[in-house]
Amino acid sequence: MRDFILFFLIVVAGTGGELFVSRAMKVVGEAPSLHPGKMLRVVLRALTVPWMWLGVGMMAVAFFALLGALSLYNVSFVVPVTALSYVAGAFGSATFLRERVTPQRWLGVFLVAVGVTLVFFGNK
Amino acid sequence: MTQPASHFKTYLLIGVMILAGPLGNVLLGKGMKGIGTLAIWPPMELLRTGEKILSSPSIWLGIASLVTFFLAYMLALSWADYSFVQPASSLAYGVVALLGYLMLGEHVSLVRWAGIAVICLGVFVVGRTNPKTTSRQETADGAENHAMETA
Repeated sequence: MRDFILFFLIVVAGTGGELFVSRAMKVVGEAPSLHPGKMLRVVLRALTVPWMWLGVGMMAVAFFALLGALSLYNVSFVVPVTALSYVAGAFGSATFLRERVTPQRWLGVFLVAVGVTLVFFGNK
Repeated sequence: MTQPASHFKTYLLIGVMILAGPLGNVLLGKGMKGIGTLAIWPPMELLRTGEKILSSPSIWLGIASLVTFFLAYMLALSWADYSFVQPASSLAYGVVALLGYLMLGEHVSLVRWAGIAVICLGVFVVGRTNPKTTSRQETADGAENHAMETA
């Protein structure tokens, strides 16, 4: 149960955080150039979007969950399992961001899921 | 989008990404292994645990390594397309297992190696698809996506 919560937080809070940050950046818009002053203005504008704070908060939760998982398991087990975020990301972007997920991307997501399953059983 | 003159820079940055990201995770793993049980209750214990984590040099080296990864990633993305950078960085899953084995002496079973190879392939396939599927801007999406991967 503890393991499930840790991996759930790494994957779901991590992917959720990305999706919120992504949504925030869509509100903010693209940096017009790489000029430091313009970049700074984009960053400052991003900080005024509530989605950004929600996203960063969730990423922080995911980071501490990762530290927790690393205290229990080998890094060569934990990191491959976190690839599940590609699966969560595909579902999240299809629903939350309403992006079209191509069949090829679903194929990649399926392969990641198969690989993580193998890593799980390889841990026994 | 990639200019011929910046090919070398792009490959160099991808090389930095593939090493610094996994190295960061392995160092975090090393640090956390040395800390022992993590008590989070009562609050005083949580504070003690936090103190132990932050006093570990491996953790700080790991965070520095992950920051290096992130900077290389952002710079690479400013020169090359996401659909080029992201599949190339899928190798990181193999590197993390290799470093875990070499630096921490972790036992990696054959089945786990096979699983990691399939994950690399899957991440590669995901990345080769065009990341832009809506008319809105998605450059930030891609950047954040991978950052979390290793964070």
